[in-house]
Amino acid sequence: MNVRDALNSALDEEMSADPKVFLMGEEVGEYQGAYKVSKGLLEKYGPERVLDTPITEAGFTGIGVGAAYYGLKPVVEFMTFNFSMQAIDHIINSAAKSNYMSAGQISVPIVFRGPNGAAAGVGAQHSQCYAAWYGSCPGLKVLSPYSSEDARGLLKAAIRDPDPVIFLENELLYGESFPVSAEALDSSFCLPIGKAKIEREGRDVTITAFSKMVGLALKAADILAKDGISAEIINLRSIRPLDTPTINASVRKTNRLVTVEEGFPQHGVGAEICMAVVEESFGYLDAPVERIAGADVPMPYAANLERMAVPQIEDIVRAAKRACYRSTAMAATA
Amino acid sequence: MALSTSFRSNLIKPLTALTALSSTQHLRRPFSSSVDDSTALTIETSVPFVGHKCEPPSRNVETTSKELLGFFHDMALMRRMEIASDSLYKSKLIRGFCHLYDGQEAVAVGMEAAITKKDCIITAYRDHCIYLGRGGTLVECFSELMGRQAGCSKGKGGSMHFYKKDSGFYGGHGIVGAQVPLGCGLAFAQKYSKDETVTFAMYGDGAANQGQLFEALNMAALLDLPAIFVCENNHYGMGTAEWRAAKSPSYYKRGDYVPGLKVDGMDAFAVKQACRFAKEHALKNGPIILEMDTYRYHGHSMSDPGSTYRTRDEISGVRQERDPIERIRKLILSHELSTEAELKNIEKKIRSEVDDAIAQAKESSMPDPSELFTNVYVKGFGIEVAGADRKEVRGVLP
Repeated sequence: MNVRDALNSALDEEMSADPKVFLMGEEVGEYQGAYKVSKGLLEKYGPERVLDTPITEAGFTGIGVGAAYYGLKPVVEFMTFNFSMQAIDHIINSAAKSNYMSAGQISVPIVFRGPNGAAAGVGAQHSQCYAAWYGSCPGLKVLSPYSSEDARGLLKAAIRDPDPVIFLENELLYGESFPVSAEALDSSFCLPIGKAKIEREGRDVTITAFSKMVGLALKAADILAKDGISAEIINLRSIRPLDTPTINASVRKTNRLVTVEEGFPQHGVGAEICMAVVEESFGYLDAPVERIAGADVPMPYAANLERMAVPQIEDIVRAAKRACYRSTAMAATA
Repeated sequence: MALSTSFRSNLIKPLTALTALSSTQHLRRPFSSSVDDSTALTIETSVPFVGHKCEPPSRNVETTSKELLGFFHDMALMRRMEIASDSLYKSKLIRGFCHLYDGQEAVAVGMEAAITKKDCIITAYRDHCIYLGRGGTLVECFSELMGRQAGCSKGKGGSMHFYKKDSGFYGGHGIVGAQVPLGCGLAFAQKYSKDETVTFAMYGDGAANQGQLFEALNMAALLDLPAIFVCENNHYGMGTAEWRAAKSPSYYKRGDYVPGLKVDGMDAFAVKQACRFAKEHALKNGPIILEMDTYRYHGHSMSDPGSTYRTRDEISGVRQERDPIERIRKLILSHELSTEAELKNIEKKIRSEVDDAIAQAKESSMPDPSELFTNVYVKGFGIEVAGADRKEVRGVLP
C-alpha cells in the first residue's frame, strides 16, 4: 500500500467512525486533494464534512480551531506546512495553549496535517521542515510518519487524540509503497503517540531519523553493514513527545549516535536528541554525537545545489563511520 | 486638526431622546405602590439604528420592569467590579495586564438579555464583564485576577483568559483579532451540529482592521454561518484613535456584501434589540455585523492613563451625557419603578458584595506547584516533563 492510500484510508475510516470528524483545506474536496490524499472523500461524505476553503490560512485555521473548541474534530490540511506560517498564531496561541490557559476547560481535538520539508525543485519558500519549530511547543503533539503503516496508525491516533496534533507528511513519500500487515489494515488499528520504532536492530551505532530520512538511513545501514558496522535505525515517528527512553536505551547499547534530519541544523531535532542523550547517557557515549541535517541555507533551486542542501545517503554513512572512528580522513590509531 | 475636533465632539452626543422621554406622556404609567415584576414596558432607544444592506429594527424595545431593574443591578455590579480591580492592580495584587471594561457595560448586559447560554460569545482580553454576564461569579473573577486556585482558570490564565464553556463563553483571548475566526469556527460547529444557536464574536475598533477578520467573514458568508460580528467601537485602539487607524471607520459597513447595523452601545436596550435582530438574521441568512458605539473610561489597560491621546473633557463629557448606568437610572426613575434612595441602596449592597468577594478571593491560595505541569495536554501519556533545571524539578504529564 502506498503512503497516499494509507492516509486516505485512515481519513476515510475515522470520518466513518465519528461524525464529528471533518476535513477542511484548499482543494481537499472537488480537486480530490492537491496530492490526492483526500480522493473520494467529498463524494462519500458530502460538502458539509469535506470543505474546500479559500486561500486564507489564517482565517480557515482559526475557524477550524474554533470548531474544535465547540467539540468537533477538524482535520485541517495545509497544502504544505510552509503555508502554516500564515496560521501559526492560531496553531500555537489558539490551539496549543488553550487547554493550559483554561485549566482544562477548553480542549482542542484538532489535527493539522500536510506535506512538510523538501520536495523536488520547489525552491526556498516551499521546502522548509517545521518539525523543530512545532516540536518545541508545549501543548502540541508532533508526529511524522515514514511508512504506510506509520501513516495509517499515526493519523488514526492523531484524529482520535483529544489534543492538537501536527502531522508532518512528506510529498515524496506519498507514492512510495510499503508492505502492510493485516493488523494494520484493520479499522481499529492505531499506533501509540510518543513511541519510536526500531526499524532495524544493530549493535555498533544508533541512527535516529524521521520521515523520508528513515529510508535513507536504512539504505545507509546496508552500506555500513558491508563494512562491518551494524547500525540500529530508529524511526522517531513522534517528534513531540520525543521517545527519549527508546533512544537512550539504544545508545546505551551501541555507545554511538548519529542524528539525521532534513531541516535546518540550528536548534533542530538532532540538537534536542543530542542533549537528551547527554543528560541521561553521557557515560555511555564512546564518541561525540554526530549530526546530519539540511544545509544552513534557504533551499536552492539548481539541482546540484539542492542535492548539497539535503542529506544524502553518503552523508549518513560518513557520519556513522566517524562515530565509529572508522573515518578514512583520520589516521588509523586503533 | 479639523478632523479630530469633529471626531471628539461626535462622541459626546447629548441624549436628546432621553430628555424628550420624560415629557412624552404616553410612555408614563400611573404610579402604583406595588410594581409587578413582569409589567410590560416599551422603551425607545436613544437614536434610531442605522442599517447597511438591511432594514434596521424598530427603535421601540419591549421589556419588563424586572428586566429594567436587572439591567441597573448587573451594570452597577460590573462597574463596581472593574473599579475594584483598578485598586487591586494598584496595590499589586493583580499583575501583568488588566484591561477594564467600565463604560462598556451596556454591551455585555444588553447582549445577554437577547440570547441564551446556548448561544456562544467569544471576545478579546477586555473580558471580565462578559464572563460575569455569562454567569461567572465575582469570586471566580477576582481569584483569577490575583492568580488563585479559586479562579475561573484556576489561576493559570489571568485577566485575559477567562472561560466558561458550560455557559457558552469561549474566552478571553490575548491576540488581537484571533478571536474572530475562532468565533466563526464556533458558529460553524453550531451549524454542523444543527443546534439552532448563534455565536457573537466580539472585537474592537483596533482589531477591525485585521486581515483574518475578512478571511473569516468571507468564509462565514460563503457557508451561511450563524456568526454575528460585534465591533465594540470605543474609538481608540490602545492609543490610536479610529480615524488614525482606519481609512473608513464605518465598521458596520466593512462587511460590504454582509449586512450591518450601527448601534448606540451605551444604550442597553438598543444593544438588546440589535442582538435579538442579529440572532434572528444570522440563523436564517448568515453573518451580520453589529457596530456598538461605546466608550471606555479607563485607558487601554492599567498601564495606560488614557489621557495622553484623549482629553479629560472628552472622558468626563461622555460620562456626563452617555453613561449607560445613568441612562437606566433615569429610565427607572421616570417610570417610577424605584426611588433614588432604593437605587443608592442597591449600589451600596453591590459595593459590599464586591468587597466580600475580594476578601474571599484573597483567602484562596495560589495553585499548588504540581499545577505547573497539569493541563498541558488532555492526554499526557505519563510523559516526563521538566522545570527550569531538568535535574531538579521534574514532573509527569497526566
